[in-house]
Amino acid sequence: MSKKVLDALTAKFPSAIVRTATANGDEIAWIKRDDLLAVAKWLRDDPAMAFDAPVFCTCIDWLDWKPQHNNRPPPEWGSAWNETKPRFTVCYQLRSVAHKHRLRLEIELPENDPRCASLAELWPAFNWQERETFDMYGIKFENHPDLRRIYLYEEFVGYPLRKDYPKEKRQPLVRRDDLPINPIKAEHK
Amino acid sequence: MGVELSTTRLEDAAKWAKQGKLARIPEWGRKFSLFTYPFVTACCGMEFMSVAGPKYDLARFGAEFPRFSPRQSDLLMIVGTITEKQGPALKRVYDQMAEPKWVIAFGVCASTGGFYQNYHAMPGADQVIPVDVYIPGCPPRPEQVLDALIMLMDRIQDGRGHSQLRLKREQVIASGTEE
Repeated sequence: MSKKVLDALTAKFPSAIVRTATANGDEIAWIKRDDLLAVAKWLRDDPAMAFDAPVFCTCIDWLDWKPQHNNRPPPEWGSAWNETKPRFTVCYQLRSVAHKHRLRLEIELPENDPRCASLAELWPAFNWQERETFDMYGIKFENHPDLRRIYLYEEFVGYPLRKDYPKEKRQPLVRRDDLPINPIKAEHK
Repeated sequence: MGVELSTTRLEDAAKWAKQGKLARIPEWGRKFSLFTYPFVTACCGMEFMSVAGPKYDLARFGAEFPRFSPRQSDLLMIVGTITEKQGPALKRVYDQMAEPKWVIAFGVCASTGGFYQNYHAMPGADQVIPVDVYIPGCPPRPEQVLDALIMLMDRIQDGRGHSQLRLKREQVIASGTEE
């Protein structure tokens, strides 16, 4: 597949790119956290790139991830595959309707400092997507206009889609008083 | 199955009046004129439409009239998954309903949480409000819903619904303190 976008991106921002890869026709670029905003702004505004359609924003939790024989990458990934991963990877999938090409930006974040630049100012559609990513994974998007929980309630503690969130843990808002075990009251005892 | 109990036999009421069992007569009327509040949150709603539609026809049992205000209804049908975030809303709807009131948990999600076992789903609507009849199934067949409704009607007739028992308890307590 063509690597037109990746080549242009690497030529323009050689220091911002950690590595690149193509897989099944998708172009992927790993971007350094501090350069994300400049790269994204250029991708949106440059007439040859013109990424006008934000597709999605999400996060991957790589907790306790180890390379297995069955999750080896396709050979064309080459050096894009690293054997140890930081805890989180934030993904932005972009698409250009004008030029009919796509690009995925991946930003690797360490566990103790999950900060990432917000792209909500560039593409307003990322506003709620980043709020969802914050709600589920606790990624702090800097300069986001309204970084609150979007699906869960304000009383919720923790981030449920992180792999270390207990599967059985519930955080009830209201329970009957005549239940044999009232988890709300038990918690306050 | 309590088919006999569920028929609208006027003789029954006349017989009870003759025997002096007057307390049974209002319950007899109530069980044939349930006003449903469908608390539809998920895909079971399609099956609820099927039951309410002309083929299975909930109207045959007198429960055909969905009221979209809890203050005008006495049968709460919880149709679908209840999340923890919805808990306060569900409790508020139940508190606003007219006494005496009954609750049917429609489908496994409303009964036990179903296949959801995670951070957001409530393990059964009975964590928040008392439920009279549980209908299993994902979603339940309309026949199961009709069966559950007949079961509930028997229970209403015998005064065994949760709210009926609670009202009786409250009466006993009130009469005890007056003496």
